[in-house]
Amino acid sequence: MGHTSRTTTRRAAAAVAVAAVTMGGLAACDSSGGDAADAKTVTLVSHDSFNASKSVLADFEKQSGYKVRILKGGDAGKAVNQAILSKDNPQGDVFFGIDNTLLSRGLKAGVFAPYQAKGLDTVPDALQLDKAGHHVTPLDYGDTCVNYDRAYFAAHHLAPPKTFDDLIKPQYKNLLVTENSATSSPGLAFQLGTVAAYGQDGWQGYWKKLKANGVEVVDGWEQAYNERFSGSAAGKGKGDKPLVVSYASSPPVEVLGKKPEPKQAPTGVATGTCFRQIEFGGLLTGAKNEKGGKALLDFLLSRKFQEDMPLQMFVNPVRKDAAVPALFTKYGATIGKPATVAPETITAHREQWIKQWSSLVLK
Amino acid sequence: MRATAVRMGLLALPLVFFALFFAYPVAAIVGRGLTDGGHWQFGRLTAVLGDPDILHVLGFTLWQAAASTGLTLLVALPGAYVFARFDFPGKQLLRAVVTVPFVLPTVVVGSAFLALVGRGGLLDDLWGARLDTTVWAILLAHVFFNYAVVVRTVGGLWSQLDPRQEEAARVLGAGRFAAWRRVTLPALGPAVAAAALMVFLFTFTSFGVVQILGGPTFSTLEVEIYRQTADFLDLPTAAVLTVIQFVAVLGLLALHAWTVRRRETTLRLVDAARTAHRPRGGGQWALLWGTVAVIVVLLVAPLVVLVVRSFAGPDGYGTVFYTTLGSAASADSTFAVAPLDALWNSLAYGAAATAIALVVGGLAAAALTRRGGRLMRGLDALLMLPLGVSAVTVGFGFLITLDKPPLDLRSSWWLVPLAQALVGVPFVVRTMLPVLRAVDGRLREAAAVLGASPWRVWREVDLPMVRRALLIAAGFAFAVSLGEFGATVFIARPDHPTLPVAVARLLGRAGELNYGQAMALSTLLMVVCAGALLALERLRTDHSGEF
Repeated sequence: MGHTSRTTTRRAAAAVAVAAVTMGGLAACDSSGGDAADAKTVTLVSHDSFNASKSVLADFEKQSGYKVRILKGGDAGKAVNQAILSKDNPQGDVFFGIDNTLLSRGLKAGVFAPYQAKGLDTVPDALQLDKAGHHVTPLDYGDTCVNYDRAYFAAHHLAPPKTFDDLIKPQYKNLLVTENSATSSPGLAFQLGTVAAYGQDGWQGYWKKLKANGVEVVDGWEQAYNERFSGSAAGKGKGDKPLVVSYASSPPVEVLGKKPEPKQAPTGVATGTCFRQIEFGGLLTGAKNEKGGKALLDFLLSRKFQEDMPLQMFVNPVRKDAAVPALFTKYGATIGKPATVAPETITAHREQWIKQWSSLVLK
Repeated sequence: MRATAVRMGLLALPLVFFALFFAYPVAAIVGRGLTDGGHWQFGRLTAVLGDPDILHVLGFTLWQAAASTGLTLLVALPGAYVFARFDFPGKQLLRAVVTVPFVLPTVVVGSAFLALVGRGGLLDDLWGARLDTTVWAILLAHVFFNYAVVVRTVGGLWSQLDPRQEEAARVLGAGRFAAWRRVTLPALGPAVAAAALMVFLFTFTSFGVVQILGGPTFSTLEVEIYRQTADFLDLPTAAVLTVIQFVAVLGLLALHAWTVRRRETTLRLVDAARTAHRPRGGGQWALLWGTVAVIVVLLVAPLVVLVVRSFAGPDGYGTVFYTTLGSAASADSTFAVAPLDALWNSLAYGAAATAIALVVGGLAAAALTRRGGRLMRGLDALLMLPLGVSAVTVGFGFLITLDKPPLDLRSSWWLVPLAQALVGVPFVVRTMLPVLRAVDGRLREAAAVLGASPWRVWREVDLPMVRRALLIAAGFAFAVSLGEFGATVFIARPDHPTLPVAVARLLGRAGELNYGQAMALSTLLMVVCAGALLALERLRTDHSGEF
């Protein structure tokens, strides 16, 4: 007994010592980190969806003399939260991809340093949500809208829905599949669209009717669009829902790579059901290569990058003078009046709205 | 005295690894959530615990994990027996195939399951039955993922048990079942408990399967933690949920330690090649064919769906999704992943993670071989914890702790294999420990008396006995690394995407080509996994005649 307890104590002491040394070592290196940032490299922090043409990036590298390093941190929400958590010691110099649903959170946390990027005068005022402070620069926008399967509505001699109001009409009963607001970004955008359309007091009433009209909720966009939507090529026509919450840019993507080019995309967009997401970029507070970061932001707003963007990320350029590819003009829809909600309002109510939505729709 | 010193020496590296890459990051992120201006806020614990929704989620999480574990054991234990005791053509291939599910991304598997048991699926077509949005789909998918855990951990030990002991019991008059229950089952106990523990921990932290197959009405603790951390950045609530997760996992580990403690005994281990034989008699053939049927229906069918989809091109069946991988329209984009690059990244990460897991887990298992006091048992349990903790908690913890030199690893290549090894180590420990503990201590003592150093004792006594377990453990660690997604997607540098990350990227885009290419890459992932495991099986048979 005595022997056992002695060895146990010794072991405990040794374990504590190991742990203490390790922790102490870590504490000691606290803030002493003087790794001279490589002045020749500029680091862009973004989310999974960021893409660019290699040749366009190479052009920037050649002209500016900086090498671009890209870090991606999961989906948009995760990437923003990572930037907030590491704001005292940022992972890079520029952040790309905070949208209007998350903007206030980032601004409040002080993640971004002010900088007015070159070419901002070519961006419409409606997209400049931080006009006073210039902490963030609008870089692209896109709309989340209900998509419909043209073949289904033609075969059933039914006009496809156009607005939120249409979706609760009896002729569209059991046709719509959407995503879980709590786990999916297009799902949340669609919900925010209804908040914009029916107000903070009215959206729950609308969803009650939508539920009564047989809306189906699945977990993510992949299942909704690839598995359930009858209009997507990936589902091979096996999907059972001719209406799905997706993006305004989804119809052009359905056509991409098809030979010969069809006259019309197989799917269309209900233009009165759109919620606009604007994505911003900004110089990170405490960026190690501030000068390079500014040059990179200028580049992200340059015509060259803006015109490359649509086919890389399937979003629209913010510059008025940027040409949009033919694929978009030919097969895409023009969204006249997308729904919007002020970023501060979204940040203030986000969690509460999702909770209310979950108990209303899922239970 | 000397033994203790040796043991502490062996434990030093695992302890440092665990402290640096698990305890410190997780403590930091939980601490940040539970403190406010330097003060601890324990009131938050009671506030969250008082929420009936959270209690409901906790209840469902525990229930589905227990049910999945029970069902997996029920389905897979006969399989473990078949693989351990029978010789049949294609056995190695089949054993590799059952491990393939382990590496597949959940979103891909979810889609395959929906094609079988969902709306318009095979089951629907044949009998008009659907299982999606029911808890059955979740449970079956959990069996699909974890079948190999039971077959490999239990089967590994089973194949080395001397069948003559059971035969002796029968000669002495025991019935077939009584002999099995009183001789073989107690010997297998620790391995069964270890497998059950791992399956439970895996399903306890299940995320994608529950969401995709159960539908959004089912929610687990893991989903809640993910939402609170990644979506709302509500660190206080996430921290409380993580603490709850911790307590539940610790309770389970204590239960496991308590049940196993008295069961692990020295066993007579023999060469696996000598215990397996061709099935004899109708009963054994029926068992073999029954097992094959279960594997085909439950494991192979979903895999076949994926392979078929990867060949179902827009103009009929063909290889268009393979030939266009990483080429054509998107070749100039950072989106395009050359399949060979992703394959190479996956293999390189996998090799590094396996090496780390084997060294860390192997040292820990060697140190824990001789049962010690309470502290040792505590350490044993602690090494299992990473399996029961949310990937997002660990990932965010990495972000705020491993950010300063000399440990500025946030964007380092090594962070990925280190995170993957964290999940691999428990497998290595749990696979090797039952075998190591079964080695008769007198053999070691005899060697020591004859003048062998501890290292030499290990090399000449333990190593030959555990070579098989070591290879099984290596296979697991490699498969874990190959399939790991939760932490990898978070920390992998985009210029080094792994196969699962590349699959997820493709699935996130509309269009037939992207979807088909995702299926093609998934098929590639399966082939690589099966190939690597088969190669390991070859290694395993090279030196089997030594004891």
